[in-house]
Amino acid sequence: MTEEIIIAGFGGQGVLSMGKILAYSGIMQNQEVSWMPSYGPEMRGGTANVTVILSDEMISSPIVNEFDTAIILNQQSMDKFEKTVKPGGILVYDPNGITRHPSRKDITIYAIDATDEANRMGNVKIFNMIVLGGYLKIKPVVLIENIIKGLEKSLPKRHHGLIPENKNGVMRGMEIVKQK
Amino acid sequence: MGELKLMKGNEAVAEAAIRAGADGYFGYPITPQSEIMEYLMTEKPYETTGMVVLQAESEVAAINMVYGGASCGRMVMTSSSSPGISLKMEGISYLAGSELPAVIVNVVRGGPGLGTIQPSQSDYFQATKGGGHGDYRMYVLAPASVQEMSDFVKIGFEMAFKYRNPVMILSDGAIGQMMEKVVLFDPIPRRTPEEIEKQCPWATVGKPESRKRNIITSLLLDSHEQEQHVFKLRDKYERMQKEDVKFEKIQCDDAEYLFVAYGSSARICQKAVDIARAQGIKVGLFRPITLFPFPSVELKKLSSQIKGILSVEMSLGQMIEDIKLAVECRVPVNHFGRTGGVIHSPGEVFEALKSTYLGG
Repeated sequence: MTEEIIIAGFGGQGVLSMGKILAYSGIMQNQEVSWMPSYGPEMRGGTANVTVILSDEMISSPIVNEFDTAIILNQQSMDKFEKTVKPGGILVYDPNGITRHPSRKDITIYAIDATDEANRMGNVKIFNMIVLGGYLKIKPVVLIENIIKGLEKSLPKRHHGLIPENKNGVMRGMEIVKQK
Repeated sequence: MGELKLMKGNEAVAEAAIRAGADGYFGYPITPQSEIMEYLMTEKPYETTGMVVLQAESEVAAINMVYGGASCGRMVMTSSSSPGISLKMEGISYLAGSELPAVIVNVVRGGPGLGTIQPSQSDYFQATKGGGHGDYRMYVLAPASVQEMSDFVKIGFEMAFKYRNPVMILSDGAIGQMMEKVVLFDPIPRRTPEEIEKQCPWATVGKPESRKRNIITSLLLDSHEQEQHVFKLRDKYERMQKEDVKFEKIQCDDAEYLFVAYGSSARICQKAVDIARAQGIKVGLFRPITLFPFPSVELKKLSSQIKGILSVEMSLGQMIEDIKLAVECRVPVNHFGRTGGVIHSPGEVFEALKSTYLGG
């Protein structure tokens, strides 16, 4: 199994940390992982993206130009990354703020109202975990218990109290994701 | 086995410095390598191993602090990214001239000038051919993974002291910023002052009655003396070529075409090899790990079975000159690479191979 994922959105949406949690979770189940962030001018312009690769084999290139999965959280990223999904791959997006919806017919498209749901749950910070839950419902590349272990690894101890709420976010995401 | 961690390349360099038993790090922040000093400042090795971590007032100050520490036989290092490394070049030439051991990490970004903060491999000439003035060379290691960012700090210090010569770890923004699994080597205690004196009898650590004064200098006004000194340096560089060349061969045994690439380009080429092999094209990857000394002998040997070489670098083509010298016109050598901070994709590299050698 090799899963090449791009996660892209605005800075502050938790794009990089979602990738980090995925990578840590992969390590917890003995996968090879790589996490390659954008750190350049794009970030300073307000958008952020990260390439995460999970694999049972050695990862050759951490830099890839097409993806099995694209998780897209704003319009700029939709414009840039919809076309980079491999035929037969999947695209997960939050329709909030999207004016031009994805139109490809050779990939499977899922929508998740994570922004609205995070607001309803009263914690905008678990937005990224809701999205992550949605993705894992479609592609269970890592187990939920390893996500929890991944959170324990990637969060400083003082924030471990937030883990149950993050888990709720993941579970809720699994419930609300739907195919378009 | 050592400790397994998920780390950025830059963080791995910093952690490895502490574990290698380094005595000091002197630096000045610049993207994309600032995490090295940030990590050291967070870990505070000055409270545990006693390693000094200091943010200098400039890159020039940092390299000259390295000169001072190295003069005392200490394990010292600095790091920067391209424009900052240019500023350090005078100091590096002085380190080489004075035969001082030091590790210098360059997390390369696109240039020339201030350029961009995105990854590039356009400092190959600077690292391997000079950069600073005079007849000198650095021992240059090119890591292609976060694991090697850690390992090469340890090897770098070993080589620096073996040859009394500056060592450069030539990385790039991609390897510096990305996170991968890394197995950390077990910590090595810092050397005691007695051990330092024993290992470095040349060091300026205070003169006892029993020996002559040690002098660290790169100034030899008598030209004949200077010539003899440069010959001595040359002998060291030739010894590096004999004893410490490092390279990796991937699927080269039956290869008809060869990618030659180092650092992150080598990783990208590895995937391009997989793409090509899936289509029945016999391609291999030759990865120089030391850029100086360049693995010329091995590459020349390999060239007898090869129809064409594609040098893949994130630059306009710099290493290609060393490849051409190595294969002595036995086989066509061409360049492919994006530059200015743009990273070529495995697909692009594969297409370049096809259009160069396989008629599109």
